[in-house]
Amino acid sequence: MGKTWQIARRELGAFFNTWMGYVIVAAVLIIDGLLFNAFAVGNEPKLSADVLSDFFYFSSGMSMVAGIFLAMRLMAEEKQNGTIVLLFSSPISERQVIYGKFVSAFLFAGVLHLVSLYMPALILVHGKISFGHVLAGYVCLMLLSAVTISITLLSSTLAPNQLVAAVGGGFLTVVFLTFWMLAKIVDQPFRDIFSWLAIHSDHFTPFSNGIINLQDLVFYVGLVVFFLECATRALIGRRCQG
Amino acid sequence: MALIEVRGISKFYGPHAAVRDVSFDIKEGEIVGLLGLNGAGKSTILKILGTFLLPSSGRAVMGGHSVEDDADKVRELIGYLPDTPPLYEEMRVIPYLRFVAQLKNVAPRLIDERIASVLKKTNLQEVAWQPLGELSHGFRQRVGIAQALIHDPPIIILDEPINGLDPVQIVEMRDLILSLRGKHTVILSSHILSEITRTCDRILIIDKGRLVAEGQEAELDKAVARSMRVVAQYVGNISLAEIRKISGVRQVIEGQGVEKNSKLLTIECDGDVRSEVARAIITSGAQLLELGRDGDGLESIFMSLVRSSKLQTSAEVTHG
Repeated sequence: MGKTWQIARRELGAFFNTWMGYVIVAAVLIIDGLLFNAFAVGNEPKLSADVLSDFFYFSSGMSMVAGIFLAMRLMAEEKQNGTIVLLFSSPISERQVIYGKFVSAFLFAGVLHLVSLYMPALILVHGKISFGHVLAGYVCLMLLSAVTISITLLSSTLAPNQLVAAVGGGFLTVVFLTFWMLAKIVDQPFRDIFSWLAIHSDHFTPFSNGIINLQDLVFYVGLVVFFLECATRALIGRRCQG
Repeated sequence: MALIEVRGISKFYGPHAAVRDVSFDIKEGEIVGLLGLNGAGKSTILKILGTFLLPSSGRAVMGGHSVEDDADKVRELIGYLPDTPPLYEEMRVIPYLRFVAQLKNVAPRLIDERIASVLKKTNLQEVAWQPLGELSHGFRQRVGIAQALIHDPPIIILDEPINGLDPVQIVEMRDLILSLRGKHTVILSSHILSEITRTCDRILIIDKGRLVAEGQEAELDKAVARSMRVVAQYVGNISLAEIRKISGVRQVIEGQGVEKNSKLLTIECDGDVRSEVARAIITSGAQLLELGRDGDGLESIFMSLVRSSKLQTSAEVTHG
């Protein structure tokens, strides 16, 4: 755990000490704010709970995009700058490296979501919302970020540079997003399988309405662990090949 | 007992062999240089010893631990400077060294002491709080050495440590490497021959992924003395037939000398024939201006070995 935290802490420092982290936070906040104002609040009268649900719906997209941008550099930059040699020649396991990188991006995504709390606060000022609803929505935003971070971390481990890592992460994310469309055109049992694998539709809706289901939590956490383990195997493979 | 034992390591990238069946031992406290042309396989060998790369076959054991089966133990024993120092540009020198110390399992109570020690040893005090991205090439190389020394490892691996340094920085780096003698076992690579002779106790010559020779400079000199090139500059006339009669002489080429009216004799021979050549020139009445081996010390040894390695390789291709 110590080594994982050391990697995470250094990586967090890199987010805060370079323009990258600030640009991602600023871009996400601006776009989230615009979407909130244009679609979640809108011009029609709405219940506060519906505004909050819409806020989480629109923020979920930006959470995933932010996850891709936060994770694209995690391993690809180490390769580009040659610093991966330091990790590979130190007594630290590939798993500790991958999980440390993940924790840093996840915590930074947490900071990003924390800054966006002003939007639910605005709803609270003008209406009535449940704190449980806010909590459930933010748990889901964090989980969606975690999924795209883990997917893009795998891509970043395999890719030669950050651009390819982002494209790979984005592609895999879209694949997992569109499984619900695939579910509509296939027969059973694949319909249930694809529907269950889709990262947004069925698993997201309960959260955005303020309901936390254990099976949805397990799904997201399982997916994150799966991709992190894939990234770990990819890193071990990379060491063998050089 | 050897601290580093390498037995028949090879590394293949597809069908291409970067390293082929290399074996050597390094004793505790030695400074050993890997010498070879660019692309000879030096860095690949050091990457394998640095646990950065796994060999395709063979076995490397560092301090009793296999790089393949016990990599974490090996990593605690080594400090590794790759050809490009592994620096996080946004970090400052001291926080970077603290991070590396933590990675290398330095006890928390000793970290400040170790940082102070390596800063002093590598003469980095004046830039201790500067961002790594703003350091000059020389300072970056020193930070690279500092990170390799931070956990006071018994084995230091330096890949082209003087690459890109200016003459003053080269002298400083040489002194730094020499200061490690006795306390650490050092294996370094370079394609700069003079640096290897100045800093290393023993030399391993690598060509096309193979170890073509190893030993001290004098031993290597002796090993290649059988096949050498002698160059003589003289004024006057000599009998080339007399030179050709000397035992061991294979080929004699006469050309224009550098000095006015002088001639240059290039003699390909087996064994050292310099005294016989000198005698033949003087007895024929010519004035001998200069006589010596072609090339300078290790350079001529290196070229001879590489030439013979090429001959061996082409012979293998022909017969194989």
